[in-house]
Amino acid sequence: MNAVTKSSLLPWAPENTGESPQAAAPRAASPGPMAMLWLPARLAWRQLRAERARLLSAMAGVMFAALLVFMQLGFRSALFDSATQLLASMEAEVFLMSPMTVASFRPEPIPRIRAHQALALPEVTQAVPVYMTQATWRNPEDGSRRMIQMIGFDVEAGAMQFRGMDPLVPALRRIDTVAFDTLSRPEFGDVQRIFNEQGPFEVQVGNRMVEIVGLVTIGPSFGADGNLVMSEVNFRRMVPVRHASNTDIVAIRLRPGTDIAATQARLREILPADVMVLNHAELVAHERKYWETATPIGFIFAFGSVMGLIVGMVIVYQILFSDIANHLREYATLKAIGYSNFYLARVVMAAALILAVLGFVPGAALSTWLYGVVADATFLPLTMTAERAAMVFALIFGMCAAAGLLAMRKLRDANPADMF
Amino acid sequence: MDPISIDKLNFHYGEGELRRRVLRDVSLTVHAGEVVLLTGPSGSGKTTLLTLIGALRGMQDGSCRVLGHELMGASERARVALRQSIGFIFQNHNLLGFLTARQNVAMSLELDAALSEAERLRRAGEMLAAVGLSGHEDKPPSKLSGGQRQRVAIARALVGNPGLVLADEPTAALDKVSGGEVVQQLRSLAKSRGTPILMVTHDPRILDIADRIVTMEDGRVVETVTA
Repeated sequence: MNAVTKSSLLPWAPENTGESPQAAAPRAASPGPMAMLWLPARLAWRQLRAERARLLSAMAGVMFAALLVFMQLGFRSALFDSATQLLASMEAEVFLMSPMTVASFRPEPIPRIRAHQALALPEVTQAVPVYMTQATWRNPEDGSRRMIQMIGFDVEAGAMQFRGMDPLVPALRRIDTVAFDTLSRPEFGDVQRIFNEQGPFEVQVGNRMVEIVGLVTIGPSFGADGNLVMSEVNFRRMVPVRHASNTDIVAIRLRPGTDIAATQARLREILPADVMVLNHAELVAHERKYWETATPIGFIFAFGSVMGLIVGMVIVYQILFSDIANHLREYATLKAIGYSNFYLARVVMAAALILAVLGFVPGAALSTWLYGVVADATFLPLTMTAERAAMVFALIFGMCAAAGLLAMRKLRDANPADMF
Repeated sequence: MDPISIDKLNFHYGEGELRRRVLRDVSLTVHAGEVVLLTGPSGSGKTTLLTLIGALRGMQDGSCRVLGHELMGASERARVALRQSIGFIFQNHNLLGFLTARQNVAMSLELDAALSEAERLRRAGEMLAAVGLSGHEDKPPSKLSGGQRQRVAIARALVGNPGLVLADEPTAALDKVSGGEVVQQLRSLAKSRGTPILMVTHDPRILDIADRIVTMEDGRVVETVTA
């Protein structure tokens, strides 16, 4: 700082012009790190700014890449969130599930007796069998048929809850009654409107007419477009092939303050190996793992993200490359007057990172808006999170840096010896 | 110490069958404050000699001391550093189109991190005034005439107070009047600072600015005329 002040006080006069470059060298040996980055960045910005159309197309390219990655990652996480929504909304501490079950929409049955066996432990207060299957639902508006997820369990036990279910319990005890998930896809018919207009009404599920007695809130998943909640007895009535002795999941409630891990260990000791003993987080993780690994869906979204990044990288590379190619003489001139390759490389890198920021900001804004639109259209839980924004920014930053590194090779063609 | 002293410099392009000698046993000295014109037919090697003196090309044989630095065997890093104390003027102005005249001139000073931005711009403005471009500081090169652009290039070459100015046909792209004005200005500015100039030219109209005219032919210095 002192050196700067001192030199700026020196009048520029012929007697000072004899100042030899050797004398300047020691001062230049301690350039501020800010100047090392700021000056190349400023040069890069001035160059980008000079050609508006090219800058806009570069920004659009980065924005498009950011948008694509945001949507892919958003769908990916929405898929995983929604796929586990049903299990995540089951309120219990420990669950029994067949080791053969890969996903909740296709459960392998386990003996109902395991629920009774679990009650042998003093800390277990309740063990509720949960029955799950899919059945055809006839749209009450146009008569079309779709598969819907059915969940049956002892509604009075209070072991399992879905939002909005509490006041419906007495009605659900009656014969052939169900509660409909209002977040189900619209293809099932506008049940919510009909229910609000005329109260409970009958629909056909499987081969039976059942009465919609209320609405709950669960949310669809990729495996199930809609949900119906009912009592265990009604479940068996509607799905006669299912025996009461075989259930799908057992939800276990523990005395408050019980050590869950220790209880899991004790349950594993007393129960045969035909059931897995999972806590709530493990149950959700098990379901998530299915979607991540056993289906191509996780890969597809990762692949889509990579494609977006590659397209963005090519666009940024093209812009940076043509900026260098069009200014080859000027870059060579800068090299001739003493600019190093490294300095010019910093200029190219700064241009890449400026494009990353300029493209990411509108890309993130647009994605936030699109998340809302898509969430409304698909009923998938799609929201912008700070974590995902940070991750996408890191990816876009890396994408632009890679494009910059590639474009930098063109700098070698700027040979100052060819200038004369 | 002379700014340029060259002794028995040889240089060739290509290898084997294609090997072509372009400089043979060239010896040349430029003294402090001297304006030397290098002339001769195309292919006589004058431009190659200029790029070697300007540390833009690696040496092959002989000795070439520029501003006290031996270039034979000098590293790329040392050559880049030396170039910062040489002012270059090219056939074309080679100004950065996206910068104003003042910013172009200031580019020569941006490598000196000890200077503040205000100081750089002030010096650039003064240098532009010295080449007669007051009032044109904030114009981009595209808004300037050919002669004005070349004067911006001269300002860029001189603003860093170089120990030596190397020029390659600076009037090639200019008409007689503006070409003559530009080199006269270059000469008077260099003389007032005691900066030596080595200029390659074909242009007989500007030979009168020289202290000494060196003629090259077929890679050799054939004649030296002192004005």
